[in-house]
Amino acid sequence: MMSIDFQQPAAPRPPAVAVDRLVVARGGRTVLHGISCDLQPATVTGLLGPSGGGKSTLLRAVVGVQRVRSGSVTVLGVPAGHRELRHRVGYVTQAPSVYADLTVRANARYFAAVHGVGARAADRAVADVGLGDAAGQAVSSLSGGQRARASLACALVASPELLVLDEPTVGLDPVLREDLWAQFAALAAAGTTLIVSSHVMDEAGRCERLLLLRDGRLIADDTPAALRRATGTDDLDEAFLQLVRREAAVA
Amino acid sequence: MSLRITLVTAARVLRQLVADRRTVVMLVGVPSALMALLRFVYDGSPEVFDRIGLPLLGVFPFVLMFLVTSVAMLRERTSGTLERLLTTPTGKLDLLLGYGAAFAVAAAVQAVVATAVAYLLLGLDTAGSPAVVVSIAVANAVLGMAMGLFVSAFATSEFQAVQFMPAFVLPQILLCGLLTPRDRMAEWLTTISEALPMTYAVDALTEVGAHAEVTDALLRDAGVVAAATVLFLVAGAATLRRRSA
Repeated sequence: MMSIDFQQPAAPRPPAVAVDRLVVARGGRTVLHGISCDLQPATVTGLLGPSGGGKSTLLRAVVGVQRVRSGSVTVLGVPAGHRELRHRVGYVTQAPSVYADLTVRANARYFAAVHGVGARAADRAVADVGLGDAAGQAVSSLSGGQRARASLACALVASPELLVLDEPTVGLDPVLREDLWAQFAALAAAGTTLIVSSHVMDEAGRCERLLLLRDGRLIADDTPAALRRATGTDDLDEAFLQLVRREAAVA
Repeated sequence: MSLRITLVTAARVLRQLVADRRTVVMLVGVPSALMALLRFVYDGSPEVFDRIGLPLLGVFPFVLMFLVTSVAMLRERTSGTLERLLTTPTGKLDLLLGYGAAFAVAAAVQAVVATAVAYLLLGLDTAGSPAVVVSIAVANAVLGMAMGLFVSAFATSEFQAVQFMPAFVLPQILLCGLLTPRDRMAEWLTTISEALPMTYAVDALTEVGAHAEVTDALLRDAGVVAAATVLFLVAGAATLRRRSA
């Protein structure tokens, strides 16, 4: 892993998420090879890298639904998947996990009710993801991007302290993507910690910190600015390629 | 375990059910239509209709709820909503009991309609009360649901889920004493039939047919149906995993 030391502003707060030497194997194949990283509270961290690199597996481990071989994941001070976290962590899977036969509003209100918050919070979450006009439509009648946002709304209802988003912007047009990233920034400014996976590098610039994951190994854990500087390019796509080449040269 | 989450889950499942109008029409209408069919199949021998039609009032809800639930639960698993729900405060039991409550409501509607049609339009005649028949039909529907929830864990596709009906339910119908009294089957089949929950549901309904009052045998049979329901719900809960590979 490359490390570029940056003088961080004094951070007395413990990390929102601490991943320590995490190893995950699926079907006899090691998917994550001893990952360690921290997520700072109230920031947006981007988890980037090619498909099949272990992004979803790492996110599942943070949520606590992934069986792990060794290492630990600590979320908001307790082990990932702890009962106490079920109110505090929001998770949006890659495939929209909402009820297709219910309306957007009914879905959001259901998840709100599960968390013990009212219908108003649900309706606000629906409006926040830009689905106010489609609230009365069955999810099955929506476009792919709208479904993804319906799924996101169901995670926002409970105002979680940690939001784990697996490729939330796939299939969205540039305007919507822009809106969503602005919303992520606003959530972080309000104190929410976000980890967002993506394989679109131009989204990486929107994150305060980037984790680059390739073949189950972290090849970078830094700010976008530091990555640009270290690789001598403004283009994060190019920066990523350079890091991959360096990694290959070392191996 | 949270009563609130159980209830909102039940409401959500019912909302999904109601959103599918055709399924509602079939859930309510099909058992009644089949009862009518049976009535005219045995047009010349109404006593046979009384003997077979009555247990079928318990068998139909069982079969339908088994099918509907196993498919609904499979969808919950494959759509990712199950994994998502298990990251929320929803407990496994909340989810299963929510499903149970929702389908019990659906089963009650179904049983009331089918029983009313059987008694009022088709001339079904029993010594015991139709209200007891409805109660047993609902209990049996909930048992079918519990079994459907459990076996859905072993299906990885809808094709498989649907085929669990002939695999798990049809043998119970064949052995429950509906076709021929159980003591006239091969002895080893009689023994097997005693281990199958549907046998007790059908025995209970037969008791209602023969006795005006609620007999001890009826209560014992109903108890077995209830116990089997709890058993399958617990087994179903064990198949829900918060962590997977």
